[in-house]
Amino acid sequence: MLEADNLECVRGERRLFAGLGFRLEAGELLYLQGRNGAGKTSLLRMLIGLLPPESGEIRWQGMPIKTAGEHFRADLCYLGHLNAIKEELTPLENLLAAARLAEEPLAEDDALDALEQVGLAGREDLACKHLSQGQKRRVALARLVKERRPLWILDEPFVALDIAAVDWLATLISGHLQRGGLAVMTTHQTVAIPAGTVRELRIGH
Amino acid sequence: MKDRFNLYRFASPATFYPLAGSLIPYFVAVSVVFGLAGLYLGMLVAPTDFQQGEGYRIIFIHVPASWMSMFIYLVMAFWAAIGLAFNTRLSGMMAQALAPTGALMAFLSLWTGALWGKPMWGAWWVWDARLTSELILLFLYIGYMALTAAIDDTRRADKAGGLLLLVGVVNVPIIYFSVKWWNTLHQGSSVNLTKSSMAETMLWGMLLMAMCFWMYSIAIALIRARTIMLERERHTDWARAVIAGAHE
Amino acid sequence: MLNIIGAVIARDLKLAMRRQADIVSAVFFFIIVVSLFPLGIGPEPELLRKLAPGVLWVAALLATMLSLPRLFADDHRDGTLEQLALAPHPLGLVVTGKVIAHWLVSGLPLALIAPVLGIQFDLSADALLVLTGAILLGTPALSGIGAIGAALTLGLRGGGVLLSLLVLPLYIPVLIFGAGAVDATVSGLGGEGHLSLLAAMTIAAVGFAPWASAAALKIALE
Repeated sequence: MLEADNLECVRGERRLFAGLGFRLEAGELLYLQGRNGAGKTSLLRMLIGLLPPESGEIRWQGMPIKTAGEHFRADLCYLGHLNAIKEELTPLENLLAAARLAEEPLAEDDALDALEQVGLAGREDLACKHLSQGQKRRVALARLVKERRPLWILDEPFVALDIAAVDWLATLISGHLQRGGLAVMTTHQTVAIPAGTVRELRIGH
Repeated sequence: MKDRFNLYRFASPATFYPLAGSLIPYFVAVSVVFGLAGLYLGMLVAPTDFQQGEGYRIIFIHVPASWMSMFIYLVMAFWAAIGLAFNTRLSGMMAQALAPTGALMAFLSLWTGALWGKPMWGAWWVWDARLTSELILLFLYIGYMALTAAIDDTRRADKAGGLLLLVGVVNVPIIYFSVKWWNTLHQGSSVNLTKSSMAETMLWGMLLMAMCFWMYSIAIALIRARTIMLERERHTDWARAVIAGAHE
Repeated sequence: MLNIIGAVIARDLKLAMRRQADIVSAVFFFIIVVSLFPLGIGPEPELLRKLAPGVLWVAALLATMLSLPRLFADDHRDGTLEQLALAPHPLGLVVTGKVIAHWLVSGLPLALIAPVLGIQFDLSADALLVLTGAILLGTPALSGIGAIGAALTLGLRGGGVLLSLLVLPLYIPVLIFGAGAVDATVSGLGGEGHLSLLAAMTIAAVGFAPWASAAALKIALE
């Protein structure tokens, strides 16, 4: 269960939002909406613990994420708007390195399977710098395929994906919710997620 | 901000700004009094040194400036520690307000040191342990100011600058110790600084001048802190009121 | 704990191996700077022998500075730094791994090439040995302290110059004892004392600096 209480966000001299709160249970998805600059990404960065809120508190399983620290991060999977892949490494190496650094053991077969699912079969051993933008995004998304950590926080996951890939990702997120996972994501386009409870939160006016 | 400590109330800019404003004239006045007394003792009363003649009188500026340059760095590090521990906005402003004065003191110390060194040692600059350490201290001040100036987001500037100050303050003793060691190892032209027992009037003159510099530093730091505060808080009600009042 | 440090080292080394040109350029920079000094000073062996420790050490400091701005900047640009900060272990351990990897690709090659350059300066065998040992012992401290500067200046304009401004004064003790060890050997005093102090500084720097860098990285990532 993820709870946010009375969050306030100040960037520079501007107060982006205040008094923001929500409560998300297992199997629920939270859509964050709002115009550009409303503070969607700032809120996501608060939720993952990188940006301390001006005031208010975020709790994971009843514990403030600040004190939960590593226990919280062990349950968290974050996908930012940057792909977080190394250009010099191959897609396969990227997946394995990311899993190793997150201490989430990933077998090579599973990684290959994940890459096949995102449509990168045959390109596992090509350095990522030779891939197109869309393909790089798929490498980043491939991390989610075998991901079993309960809390997913995704920043604009559908951007730059073709229709087939959008459907595939929606199914993947549904599967996560059905397993009792939670997800928070920002998006501009509304994508129907087949399963789970979908809730919306609008930031700004 | 919760009223857990009284400290927090004074750390709030809206309280601090007028308080600092009313204190500044006193610090200036005290500084002037100490300065006049110190200069009188140092320039007119203190006896002429039989070895160094009248030239030695520059130590009434040189020594207090060196003391202050080191002391101000410690005070900045103190503010940095408070700022990082309690997340008070005032700490970063105070550290930033002190930095130019600290750098000025370090520069004054080097400059007067050179002026003193020429008649004493026959050279503007010698790689004496104290001079070298003072030079490095000046570099540390410049590094701090350059870092805070390069960061646009004031909150990040305060925190990053604070961290640099803490790293610096841990390193200062190591640097001083190693420079001293290096100096004794390379002792070519052994120069012994003021080993002669100091006349009491000279000591008093120096102490008075140190008090003068101290009070001056506080006054100028408060003035600078007020400016920084007004600039950063210009969108708040109290700062608007202050600015509107100034335009009337 | 060793797991994560090992994982970071393995990743960074693999990346460095895919970009060997960077390592090679830093080494050549070191060689060129050192070779410029005799041209500026004159070929007199006695003078060169006296200057060698200082020249080699100053060049080593500068060569280390070259690769520092990229220590975190690449990971920051492609988003992997965020992922590292979100990994379920203290960020200080990740930075420790990165510092060790940085030393392996920047400090270690300098130490290996230093004796060859020492020969150019007509150093004795003893002095060459101590020089190599001193650079081996001292450069990890350079990587550690440098990491703090790299983290503080992450993403700032003019970051590279600013980084040198912050870090070079903090390098002075390493410079003094590193060059001092060779000096002491040349003058027959023995460099053991200097080397032990250098080792102490490296242990302190590698133990403490990653945590300060981690704090600086968290500030930069806000």
